[in-house]
Amino acid sequence: MKNILFALGLATAMALPAYAQAREVTFTTQLSNYGGDGAYLALYLTDADGQYQGTLWIAGQKSKYYKHLRDWARGSGESQAEYDGLTGASVTSGRSLNVTLELDDALIDSGYQVRVDTAVEDMRDNRSDVVAPLTTEGSGKSVSGRGYVQSFVYNLK
Amino acid sequence: MLRKLHGWPGLVAALLLLVLATTGVVLSVVPAIERAGAAIPPTGEISVADLSERVVAHYPGTEQIQRSLSGEVVVYYSRDGQPGADLVNPLTGESIAPYQPSAFLRWVKNLHRSFLLDDAGRLLAGGLAVMMLLICLSGMFLLARRMGGWKAILKPIAGSGSPRIHAELARFAVIGLLLSALTGSYMSAVRFGLLPEAANAEPSYPAEVSGGTPVPVSSLIALKNVDANELRELVFPYPDDPSDVYSLNTTQGAGFVDQSTGELLQYQPRPTGNHFQHWMIRLHTGEGLWWLGLVLGAAALTVPALSFTGVQIWWQRRSSSVRPAKGASIESADVVILVGSEGNTTWGFARDLQNKLNQAGKKVHCAPMNDLAKRYPQASVLFVLTSTYGDGDAPSSASQFMTRLEHFQANDGLEFVVLGFGDQQFPKFCQYALDVDAALSSKGLQQMDLVTRIDRGSAMQFREWGEAIGEHMGISLALTHNPAPAATAEFELVERVDYGVAVNAPTSILRFRPVQDRRNVWQVLSFRSRSHLPSFEAGDLFGVAPPGDNTARLYSLASSASDGQLEICVRKQTNGLCSGYLHSLKPGDRITGFIQQNPGFRPAGGATPIILVGAGAGIGPLAGFIRKNTDLSPMYLYWGGRNPQSDFLYQPELGGYLDDHRLTGLNTAFSRSAEKAYVQDAIMADETALRQLIEKGAQVLVCGGRDMASGVGQVFDSILKPLHMDVDELRAEGRYLEDVY
Repeated sequence: MKNILFALGLATAMALPAYAQAREVTFTTQLSNYGGDGAYLALYLTDADGQYQGTLWIAGQKSKYYKHLRDWARGSGESQAEYDGLTGASVTSGRSLNVTLELDDALIDSGYQVRVDTAVEDMRDNRSDVVAPLTTEGSGKSVSGRGYVQSFVYNLK
Repeated sequence: MLRKLHGWPGLVAALLLLVLATTGVVLSVVPAIERAGAAIPPTGEISVADLSERVVAHYPGTEQIQRSLSGEVVVYYSRDGQPGADLVNPLTGESIAPYQPSAFLRWVKNLHRSFLLDDAGRLLAGGLAVMMLLICLSGMFLLARRMGGWKAILKPIAGSGSPRIHAELARFAVIGLLLSALTGSYMSAVRFGLLPEAANAEPSYPAEVSGGTPVPVSSLIALKNVDANELRELVFPYPDDPSDVYSLNTTQGAGFVDQSTGELLQYQPRPTGNHFQHWMIRLHTGEGLWWLGLVLGAAALTVPALSFTGVQIWWQRRSSSVRPAKGASIESADVVILVGSEGNTTWGFARDLQNKLNQAGKKVHCAPMNDLAKRYPQASVLFVLTSTYGDGDAPSSASQFMTRLEHFQANDGLEFVVLGFGDQQFPKFCQYALDVDAALSSKGLQQMDLVTRIDRGSAMQFREWGEAIGEHMGISLALTHNPAPAATAEFELVERVDYGVAVNAPTSILRFRPVQDRRNVWQVLSFRSRSHLPSFEAGDLFGVAPPGDNTARLYSLASSASDGQLEICVRKQTNGLCSGYLHSLKPGDRITGFIQQNPGFRPAGGATPIILVGAGAGIGPLAGFIRKNTDLSPMYLYWGGRNPQSDFLYQPELGGYLDDHRLTGLNTAFSRSAEKAYVQDAIMADETALRQLIEKGAQVLVCGGRDMASGVGQVFDSILKPLHMDVDELRAEGRYLEDVY
């Protein structure tokens, strides 16, 4: 479990009201047995049009490979300020990644989407492997990915 | 020091290096396999735009096209929402096969770069690469020293057994291994931040695009301008997103392409540093350089053998490192033995000498040559037993000797004698012993006896030297040390052909077969069988000791193991203990003997013309070479005997060899016939032809008595003179080989 106070960066970036409430969200990304080396993942938020809004989590330590997380890289410009303190180890084939963050209440049910980009060495890059709207209703509902992600689910507290 | 630098990392790393090398060999063939399966259009024939058009025609949902440096083109696509990847033919855009990177190769690659242990393993692999670098460099210096300088580094390597195999293999592989180690170290250093990571061409995403209606990929001008062979990767824009762009990555740089105007945006050429790093990686992996991959693989293939022989050499050196006790003190000793040794074998001889001198009542002090004292007040005899390192250099335990000798004060009447150990195949046989002998003489010491040179640790020569020295000192000195008691086997005489009795030179061709005795399981498992017979070639040596005598005599073999029998040609010497014994054998009699390899006396093979020269029983190995010459290389034999009616050895066989062209030319000379000629005369008579042969690269092999060999050497010197060459020069090139006794 990784408990990171997420509110700051994203909230400032989106200029949300100061009275915003934080809410704990757990993201569970289960990878399929794609049979390759450890996967790099980017979990990030976009608006309904797919425009990048902020980074939730980057799995994978070597920033030189981040460019393969294509949509995320394009949106974030790979700027370190976007993912500082939001990184962890890459995820082995068949394993799952659990990330728990405090999200601003205002981000939920406001048309935002959670997206996951994935990349594996010597294998294809998947932009938007997962696209899931961030809604109260969607909490606990499993979404399947189109690349290395077998299933993705988030749970609101 | 250099040797320690070479040995210790090698020992520690041997096993792990085996893993790196084996996996490296497997990976080394990948570029060649990929290249063999890839269709590569000629440069300038199709552009990235053409390629993309053909691909999209077969894969409407194309997301990404990648081209490996080997020329494989992979398309990543989406069909009915399902992702897929295919290997395609760049000329047609048609699928070749689904793209599925091999799980086995991925495993091998991870084993190679990280021992399957992630960063800790990568660190280890990187450390090993650096170690390999050290081993290669120190090994190159060791080899240069052994060969007598960098200029001599490509000359034939003398010696035998593990050291020779090690040196031959290493010389073959060192450039490849060095390149692998260097680039591997570099990659590791970059990975762990010890060297700066080269900046990539990473253009920032264009702030503005035209946003116009997308046009077919085939009409995009920026893609038309790039040759398909320069493509690394082309990522297609999202369908139905006019704000998206193509991202293009080529061997030259990276940028984006507007999907409506076809304009190249934000293009950045690849920085020089990145080119460098990229090449270092390619030189390591052989990616896109299939021939280099195979070269590196062949080099890596030698690592197991190098490790094995390396450990063997280390072990041999270690196990022979038993040094004799110093014995009497410097002050009280009446005999002093100084030892110059590189591989420690000389110490074994010194210990035997020390023991026998002790038995004769002498007070003996024994020490390395580097421990030479200022003076030995009571000493009357100083022995120096020394080997030679490389091209006439001091061995390690004598490296300081010459300097220390300057301060040495000899007491009146101090006698010295130098005994050199070496290998006759080296151009400067026992050179250091000769230098020491000269230095001691010039220091005013009395030379008790001439310097004696022992060839390849010959126990017999050592014993004979002991007898001579004992006589000088008025004591009995029965030296018995034998450095390498060989694995002996039993042989049965199956046939003998006698020649030369009428001319007072009884010479016999003796043919033996190995006797197979029963072995128990343990002997089989431990290879300790008495009948263990190593493989041998004509020119190798057969060691036999007469009954009641421990010292073996060596006879050149006239047959190879594949002949199934062991053939020697022996002249009966007057009062010869061993030759007399061999001549007394009747078919069915059994003897005990051993094989000693003699790789320094073999014909070059291939198309090289071979000139064989021998006299008397020296024809043995030469006849063996001719018998083996089934490739029909040009071979010329010059042989001298006494009388054609009596001692024309191998006469019937030689006639047959001439008929079937295994032997090209035969010239004989007989000293007790009407012509009264020696083999030198036969050579001289053919002067012009021989000169031409040598000019064409011919190799000369001489076998026989010492006097004959030196006479033949002089004749060849005079033949070579018009070519401004001499025998020494040929010898240094491995083109003049001698086996003399």
